[in-house]
Parts: sequence; C-alpha cells; structure tokens
Amino acid sequence: MDAVAQWRNQWFDYTQYLRREGFLDDQFAQLKKLQDENSPDFVVEVVSLFFQDSEKLFNNMARALEQNVVNFKQVDAYVHQFKGSSAWIGAFRLKNVCINFRNFCEAQNLEGCLRCLQQLQQESTALKNKLENLFRLEQQIVAAGGSIPMME
Amino acid sequence: MLACNCIEPQWPADELLMKYQYISDFFIALAYFSIPLELIYFVKKSAVFPYRWVLVQFGAFIVLCGATHLINLWTFSMHSRTVAIVMTTAKVLTAVVSCATALMLVHIIPDLLSVKTRELFLKNKAAELDREMGLIRTQEETGRHVRMLTHEIRSTLDRHTILKTTLVELGRTLALEECALWMPTRTGLELQLSYTLRQQNPVGYTVPMHLPVINQVFSSNRAVKISPNSPVARLRQLAGRHIPGEVVAVRVPLLHLSNFQINDWPELSTKRYALMVLMLPSDSARQWHVHELELVEVVADQVAVALSHAAILEESMRARDLLMEQNIALDLARREAETAIRARNDFLAVMNHEMRTPMHAIIALSSLLQETELTPEQRLMVETILRSSNLLATLVNDVLDLSRLEDGSLQLEIATFNLHSVFREVHNMIKPVASIKRLSVTLNIAADLPMYAIGDEKRLMQTILNVVGNAVKFSKEGSISITAFVAKSESLRDFQAPDFFPVQSDNHFYLRVQVKDSGSGINPQDIPKLFTKFAQTQTLATRNSGGSGLGLAICKRFVNLMEGHIWIESEGLGKGCTATFIVKLRFPERSNESKLPFGPKLQANHVQTNFPGLKVLVMDDNGVSRSVTKGLLAHLGCDVTAVSLIDESLHVISQEHKVVFMDVSMPGIDGYELAVRIHEKFTKRHERPALVALTGSIDKITKENCMRVGVDGVILKPVSVDKIRSVLSELLEHRVLFEAM
Repeated sequence: MDAVAQWRNQWFDYTQYLRREGFLDDQFAQLKKLQDENSPDFVVEVVSLFFQDSEKLFNNMARALEQNVVNFKQVDAYVHQFKGSSAWIGAFRLKNVCINFRNFCEAQNLEGCLRCLQQLQQESTALKNKLENLFRLEQQIVAAGGSIPMME
Repeated sequence: MLACNCIEPQWPADELLMKYQYISDFFIALAYFSIPLELIYFVKKSAVFPYRWVLVQFGAFIVLCGATHLINLWTFSMHSRTVAIVMTTAKVLTAVVSCATALMLVHIIPDLLSVKTRELFLKNKAAELDREMGLIRTQEETGRHVRMLTHEIRSTLDRHTILKTTLVELGRTLALEECALWMPTRTGLELQLSYTLRQQNPVGYTVPMHLPVINQVFSSNRAVKISPNSPVARLRQLAGRHIPGEVVAVRVPLLHLSNFQINDWPELSTKRYALMVLMLPSDSARQWHVHELELVEVVADQVAVALSHAAILEESMRARDLLMEQNIALDLARREAETAIRARNDFLAVMNHEMRTPMHAIIALSSLLQETELTPEQRLMVETILRSSNLLATLVNDVLDLSRLEDGSLQLEIATFNLHSVFREVHNMIKPVASIKRLSVTLNIAADLPMYAIGDEKRLMQTILNVVGNAVKFSKEGSISITAFVAKSESLRDFQAPDFFPVQSDNHFYLRVQVKDSGSGINPQDIPKLFTKFAQTQTLATRNSGGSGLGLAICKRFVNLMEGHIWIESEGLGKGCTATFIVKLRFPERSNESKLPFGPKLQANHVQTNFPGLKVLVMDDNGVSRSVTKGLLAHLGCDVTAVSLIDESLHVISQEHKVVFMDVSMPGIDGYELAVRIHEKFTKRHERPALVALTGSIDKITKENCMRVGVDGVILKPVSVDKIRSVLSELLEHRVLFEAM
C-alpha cells in the first residue's frame, strides 16, 4: 500500500476515534464542507480563532472567579459565549462541560465553577492536540499529492 | 236233530256267509291296526299335540278292537278252548278300554271344540289388524306426499313456479285427470282460469264470483265435493259417454302483507280467495278418500303461505330496484353538478389568470414608474393608476372568491400575522384617496389588541379595506374614524344579530372594528339590501365611483367564515353611517414553534443551491460564531458582511442587503434591538431586508421576543449548510411572491 493510502486510512481511523470519544461531533463535518478552493484553510482558521478566543475567555473566567464577590452572571456570560463557540466547531465534550458550568453558575456554586473551569482548560488542551495531529496528517496527505477524504 | 222252538230255524254254517264274514273281519282288523299307525305317524310328524294320553287310549282301544275281530276269525270254525279264552280276554279288555275311552272323550271333545272357536277368533283379529295396517300405511304415504309437495312448493319464491308445481305434484300424487286454479281478477268480481295441469295455455275463461257453488266452497276451509257439471269444473269438452270422475274444490286464501301482524298469527280476514279444482279420472270409479281430501286441504294452505311469501319478495325486489334506479340517477346528477362546478372553477381560474397577467404588467410597471424621477402631479397620477389597478385586481379576486364562497369551496388561509400592521397598511392605503377628498382618517387601535393573531390576513384586510373604502366612497366631506379593539363578553351580547352566539374561550378573541363616517348615510330601509350581491343603493347623488356591488356581499361571507358578524347602522340620509364587524381570531400560540414562519422545520419546495451575489449581513459578537456563519454564507455564494455590534450593523445596512442574520442570544447585548431599529429604518415592507434570528435555544421567551420585534425567521444554532440554504431559499421565495401581489 502506498503512503497516501496508508495516511488516508490513518486519517479515517483517527476521525472515527475522535468521533467515538466525543471530541468532535457532526458540526465539525459541516465545517469541513465549507472548505473549498476559495477558502482552503477555512477549518484551520476557524479552529485557530476558536482557541485564541478560548484563551481569552479562560483568563476572563479565572479572573472573575478570583474576585471576592463573584459575579456569577458575568461568568455565566463568558461560559455562554464559550459554549456557543464550542458548538460552532463541533467540540462536543467542551460543550457538555459548558452546560455543567452554567448550571453551577446558576447555583452560584464556586467550587463547582472552579472545577469546571479546570476541566474546560484540560479538555481544550486535549482537543487542541488532537486537532493538531489531524491537521498534520492532512498536510501530509496533501503534500504527498493525495486529497483529504470527506468526513460524513 | 231236534226241532227247536226257535223262531228261526237253526242256521247251519253256510259256507258263503262264513266266507264273507271272514273277509270282513279281516279287513276290519286291518283297518283297526292301521289307524293307530297312521295316528302315530302323523302325531310324530306334527310337533304339537296336547292329548297324547288320549291317543294312547284310543290306540289301545282300536288295537284291541282289531285284535278282537282278528281272533274272531278263528272262531268261525271249530276252535279250541285256548282260542276261546283268548277271545274272551280280548273282548273283556276291549270292553274296558272302550268304556274308558268313551268316558274320556266326554271331557276331551268340548276342549277340542273350543280350540276351533279360538282359532276362528284369531283369524278375524288378524284380518282386522291387516286392515288397520293398510290404513296407516296409506296415511303415512299421504303424509309423505304432503311433505314432498310442500317442499316442492316452498322451494321457490317465484309465484308461477309455485302454482305450477302445486298442480303438477298434486296431479301426480293423486293421479288426477285435471287440476285447475282459478284466481280472482283485479275487479274482484270474477274468477279467471289461471293455471291448469293438462292444458298448456288456458284460454281466459272467467266465471262470476258469486255462483252458489263457489260461495259454498269459499265458505268452508275444507275440500268440498262439487258436481262435475258446475262451471268451474267444465274445462274440457267431454264426450257424452264418459262418466266424469268426482270433482273436489278447495279455497286457497290469498294472504296480504297487512294480514301479518307482529307476534300475531294472521287473521284470515281477507276476502280474497283463489279456487283450486281437482278432478279424478273419468271412468275410473275412483272415489275421493278422506285422506286425499285432507291432503288437498293441507296443500291449499301451504300454497297460500308460499304465495304470500312470493308476493312479499316481489314487492321488496321492486322497491330495491326502484331505489337503485334513484341512486343511480342521484349519483349522475351529483357528478354532473360536480363537473359543472369544476368547469366553472376552471373557467374562472383561466379567466382570472388571463385578466391578471395584463394587470400584473400594469401594476409592476406602475410601481417601477413610481421609483423614477417624477413631478408631484405625475407621481399622483401614477399612484392613482396603481390604486385603480390594485382595485381592479381586487375585483377580479372578488369574482373568483365569491363563486368559491357561494359553493362553500373557499377556505380561509390561516396563518400568523401582524394585526397591527394590517390596520396600518389599510390606513396608509386609504390616506391618499381620503386626502384628495379632504377627508380625515383616524385610526385607533386599542392597547390590548394583540400584536399578532392567527387568521386569514388577506381576507381580513380585504374586509377592512372594503368597509373603509365604502366609508370614503360615500362621504363627500368630514372625517372617518376606524377603531379596533377586542370585544369583551358584555359588549358581545348587545347587538342585533339573533343568530350570532359568540363563545369566549382561551384560544380566541373577538376583534371588533368600527368604521364611522360622516357622509351621506343610508336610508334605513335600504340597509338589509346592502349585503346582497349586485344590488346597489340607487341614490344617484351619492354614487360617484363604480363598484360591482359585490364588496359588502363578499365581506359578509368572509366575516361569516371567520365566525363573526357584520352590520351597518345609519340614522338616515345625510347623517353618516357606522359599519361594524366582529370576527373571531386566535391568539398567537406561544409554545408551538412551527407557527413561526420559518422555524427549524423547513419544507424544501425547491431549494436554490446557490445565491450568487446575494447581499447579506451577519451580526454576531462571538468571533468563532461570526466566522463560521460568514463561511457558511460565503460557501453558498453570498456577499457577506459580518459585524459585531448593532450600531455597526445599522451603519452598514442598506436596501441592497436582502437578509440580516442576527444573533439574539448574546449576553448583555439585546440582539432584538437591531430588529426594532431595522423596522424603524425601513418602513416599507419591500424595502426592508428579511430578518433572521440565530439563537441557541428556542424557548418561550425567545419566541415571544422574536414575535414582538417582528423577525421573519428563527434558526437554532449551530447551523448546517443545508439549513441555511433552505432558509435562504424560502425567504427569497416568499419575498418574490409578496411583491407580485
């Protein structure tokens, strides 16, 4: 089997793995559909944007939670924004953590919020790594002259 | 030899006489010996003989007699003493036995005689039993015949078959020469020969009903013997020397349906009988036996029942045939009516279409003309042209609608619509016309009138427009006021509609619209005629513009369809007039997302795949969200401008933008405000871009807000390409449809 085919198989397996584990859901496939010759790096751009935003949001959340009198509404707003973004790129697990986070915010449970923030950061880092692997694989395929398969 | 004093001389032993005696004795002995042998032989042969002892005795007696005679043979000549002793013994024995036998026979002979009598008695009894057996057999056979006849008669429901079968079977069973049935005629005064056995086609003999013989037969339910010469029995020409057989006649009651009452046996109160005449073969010396007569009577009864069944069946078959014919005729009529209606509708639709096409051209071109540079007078003229052609279009619609209304095939198009905007539009439409006539038009919408309602927007607008239009038409000066409010239950009860029963419920409310004008008023006598089609009030002074007279009639029908009521009050000529109508509308539903025009469930009628160059605006403060949405729309070929703030949006937005996607779930920023501001900026509906709200959740509050600010659609985030595609497709379709109106 030549290299391209091998990598394509690897790509398939990896995407299946990501889906199974809940890192990504169908929305990611939708994003991939938008990638065409006019915007060949659409997905990468969006994902980078997402992670940039999430950095900022995490900082904001951390600072808000450090306050003496925590403004849970503000925290909730940040989480809401983050949840929206996660939903847009199809980050399934992140989205779920956000839902929990919002519940804790509503209950004004500081412990829970801090725990969720930590979880978010961890999941976010994990997802970032996974996506980087995926993109590297795609670059390899493209460099070897193959085409990235469609994600269904 | 001494001469003795005997009368007769001593007779010497004559040889001849001796010889004869000798022979006779021999034969006697022989006979006497053979009789017991015979007796023994025959008794042995027969099984039963009760008197053996007597036989033995008799045998002994005979044997001894025989022996005596036998021994006598030896005594004719000189015999010894032994012989004499034997002779004597024999004689003594014989004497004893014969005496004994004689005594015995005295007892026995009466017995034997009585046996004979018993035998005779038994023989007579046997003969009697034989006779009775014969009778029973005959009866049983008769019964069998009756059953078979009945079965034959009742196995058919056809009257002719019944009667024919009766005659045939009777003829066969009873070996009749002729059998005939006389039926009463319609007049009931005569009996007509209807069926015969031998003659194939009985010629229509008739006899009058009131002959004595007939009366005699009819008066009893038994079979009656009648004379062969009576008119009913004279069916053939009989040669003189034939002795006609006996004739019997029986009545056959013709039962009527009305004789049968439920749970009641039929009363034979009918006076209609038929006559059955049966003739035995001539020259046969046969006579009518009792059992045969009984058979005839039973058969006659069965025939009566069978005939009535046949009659019932005939009637019911006739009724069913009649019903079927009527059904077919009705069906045909219905189909013809349907065809006629369809043809009429087709014609109207075609005519409608033919009329609409040039009107579209006029309306479209006039609107285009409006957009160009015009002088004020030109503008006014073009606007008037537009109004008139719109009116004409309405008229054409009216005609189609009215015919559909008449035959009930019109259905309201129920949808959610903005109630307030309906009034505003009517107001806007009527203002120019009113201002020409220097009439002032005021619109009062009650505060509690819901913004949105569910009903038929087009027809409601048509109704309001018609009523207001009439107010303007028939007013030369003054003012016109339009008030709209929710009718409360108290006010619903106090007006003069006897057949209008408003029912309050949670889902519905009654919209009451009142249009008051200070115009020419209407003669109270003419008011009832107002709502009849094509009838116009003939006061020439007040008529200034045309109209088909259909308007109010159609309004009334629309209002009725909306379960409402419309009426006009006027105090008289010159005193103005008030038109009021109440219609039933539904409250907009809160929790049913499919009521919103473009909910998440979209029908893809024909989905455009690409919208090249379609200018859209996206407002979202979330960067990721914004870029993805922009990417989505760009993928579909749209020209996307993405902004993150409301003010920025308002800055950028122009008439060229066809669709605005706004995120309404932004915390801290009221996305709905954008919708409100856009509404304010673009007052004309066709100038305003379509507004689509993007939200993370479609809950009650979101929907209320969306309805409040007046968006055209709501989409749940995150969106897929297909979803965006179908939303855009439908948005554009609707806008196109709208502009063609």
